[in-house]
Amino acid sequence: MEMLYQFLSWMFLGVGSTFIIIGAIGIIRLPDVFCRMHGAGIIDTLGAGLILGGLMIQAGFTLITIKLGFIYIFLLFTSPAATHALAQATMLAGVRPLTNIKNHEKSTSSKT
Amino acid sequence: MFAAASAAILVTMALVLSRALMGPTVFDRILAVNSFGTLSVLLISVYGFLTDRPEFLDIALVYALISFIGVIAVTKFVKFSDQSNVGDS
Repeated sequence: MEMLYQFLSWMFLGVGSTFIIIGAIGIIRLPDVFCRMHGAGIIDTLGAGLILGGLMIQAGFTLITIKLGFIYIFLLFTSPAATHALAQATMLAGVRPLTNIKNHEKSTSSKT
Repeated sequence: MFAAASAAILVTMALVLSRALMGPTVFDRILAVNSFGTLSVLLISVYGFLTDRPEFLDIALVYALISFIGVIAVTKFVKFSDQSNVGDS
């Protein structure tokens, strides 16, 4: 049983690390500022969740697990709020998303 | 394993920082700094496990709170920066 917990914890940490690298590649390579928010969302939810989950399994049933749970719950509540505020500010500043619609209003595009 | 996770988080921090440097708009940079804050929370937690000192989790929780407030403040500042009356007589 101990081996299973260790194996599960290693898997969570490994997959979580993979997902945050995938999220960072998304932030670099996606073409538009609104698309890059997807990559940031992957880091905040999947990446943080799996890494903190792996650490929770390592800690067992102690106060440390509750603290890690609090960190994750806080990240779950605040990262969508911050992303929404940023997206609203971006739209209000006049940056328009990259679309395929012809004759779409294309003031200040944020393509690299 | 914690060393591998820390290395992955550091690589991710470098990648995200490159977006903060080369983002054409200011909103790319705010997004990258927000992700950098979340990654530093993860790095502090993993480092606490790496050195077997669970007190680091308190620091991670406080920094998550502070970085959220900071991102909201910077976003508000950028949003309302065209309404400032600094240039008036």
